[in-house]
Amino acid sequence: MAKYLLLKHYRGGPEQRPSAQEPMESWTPQEVSDHIAFMQRVADDLAERGEFVDAQALAPTGTFVRYDGEGRPPVTDGPFAETKDVIAGWMIIDVDSVERAHEAAAHLSSAPGAGGKPLEEWIEVRPFLTELPTEVQ
Amino acid sequence: MEDLLRRAGPRALAAVVRRGAGFADAEDAVQEALLEAGTRWPADGEPDDPVAWLVTVAWRRFLDARRAHEARQRREERHERLVPPGPTEQDDDTLLLLSRCCHASLSAASAVALTLRAVAGLTTAQVARAYLVPEATMAQRISRAKRTLAGATFDRPGDVGAVLKVLYVMFSEGHSGEIDLALEAIRLTRQLAAATDDPEVDGLLALMLLTEARRGARWTDGGALVALADQDRSRWDTTLIAEGVALVQGALARDRLGEYQVQAAIAALHDDAAAPAETDWPQVLEWYDELLRLTPSPVVALNRAVAVGEVDGPRAGLAVLDGLDPALPRLDAVAAYLTERAGDLADAARRYARAAATATSVPERDHLLRQAARLNAAARRDSTGAPTGVRDEGRHT
Repeated sequence: MAKYLLLKHYRGGPEQRPSAQEPMESWTPQEVSDHIAFMQRVADDLAERGEFVDAQALAPTGTFVRYDGEGRPPVTDGPFAETKDVIAGWMIIDVDSVERAHEAAAHLSSAPGAGGKPLEEWIEVRPFLTELPTEVQ
Repeated sequence: MEDLLRRAGPRALAAVVRRGAGFADAEDAVQEALLEAGTRWPADGEPDDPVAWLVTVAWRRFLDARRAHEARQRREERHERLVPPGPTEQDDDTLLLLSRCCHASLSAASAVALTLRAVAGLTTAQVARAYLVPEATMAQRISRAKRTLAGATFDRPGDVGAVLKVLYVMFSEGHSGEIDLALEAIRLTRQLAAATDDPEVDGLLALMLLTEARRGARWTDGGALVALADQDRSRWDTTLIAEGVALVQGALARDRLGEYQVQAAIAALHDDAAAPAETDWPQVLEWYDELLRLTPSPVVALNRAVAVGEVDGPRAGLAVLDGLDPALPRLDAVAAYLTERAGDLADAARRYARAAATATSVPERDHLLRQAARLNAAARRDSTGAPTGVRDEGRHT
């Protein structure tokens, strides 16, 4: 088994689908509820399969902070893209293969958006580095 | 007493399963027997034969449960009650239970989890902590595995090969976490070796012992990885090495060669050398040729390239790599090592950096980054005219 971090992107990725561009606040309340219910179902399914580790949604606000020398206020908000601009939330799964991780991510990306159509948001799949397994020559 | 229960529990489970109880029912029954033992034994004293005691109680619980659920089967139960109690321990019980837990229909990860739970006697919480997942996740994984097995008949041992594969996966999971999975794998393989007559079981046990013997020398005090050639060999465990060498020799003498025996033979040749330079690389290469015939996998071909590099020189090793899939994990690390030996430090540094970017574990990544940094520093000294001395520490791990 190996763990993967699934990062749910608001924007970004190689090529945005039109369905992912309409902001959530312009959906109908039912569409929002359906989307949320779908995400919960995905998490439940993964848990039922014994693959779920953790998931959290992230607030769309955040601040970049950096130490900027003794006696100076910390630097906030740089000129670069920040995770608050791109990352909506994350999920950690523990699965048998990278193929299974991609399958789970694709399922997550199929969450319904406006009009009930799949949102097709990009999901970034990042493997966890692990401890070294027992050495076998 | 906890220790006694942990050892006796799985054996009782094996006996109850062998008598014909379904796996999940048998586990429930043995759990209840263990609970009863926990309250009765401290008061009454431990029974002479704890396993027999557990089997008797568990069998009674199993029949009670079945009667409660299926009254119409009462007649059959009466028949079953007449089944004479067999010996609580049969040679094939271990293999029987292991082959159930390592059934081919389960993924390796599920099989390991189920084996740790049912054969090694660990709690679900302990198995979960070993895998760094929530306990609920592990509970689901285990019950899913049990559901997959439900209905499968289980009265004689299955494929030993499938069991060995799972034990090998368990061993390779390593040492992190509260439960040392490598040691659990050794313990279970020992049990299996004692219960069966199969040179491959001995071969796997030898491979584990010969690998485990080097564990103490594999890390610096600061936790950094030490490559095989740089390890302090006085820290290798000579008792384990002696046992492993004897095991693999005994297995090979039986003339039924298999992949684990061959891997153990290679490990034995490494462990046998008092210094890296004394490694019998020509013989290591011969065993790799044999291994490639038995299991023609890209990973074996990659490891063989290292041996070719030692026997015929680094350029010959690199030529072997040219024929392999560049996407192979660790190919860059092996290529970097051989490239450095061939004298092209700048290219070797680049390859080490690339290998670090695709490493799958933190210690391995750090090790490869240090190798790249070392070569880049040497190249800088070189370009400023300072004396260079390429230290031969870029060994593969």
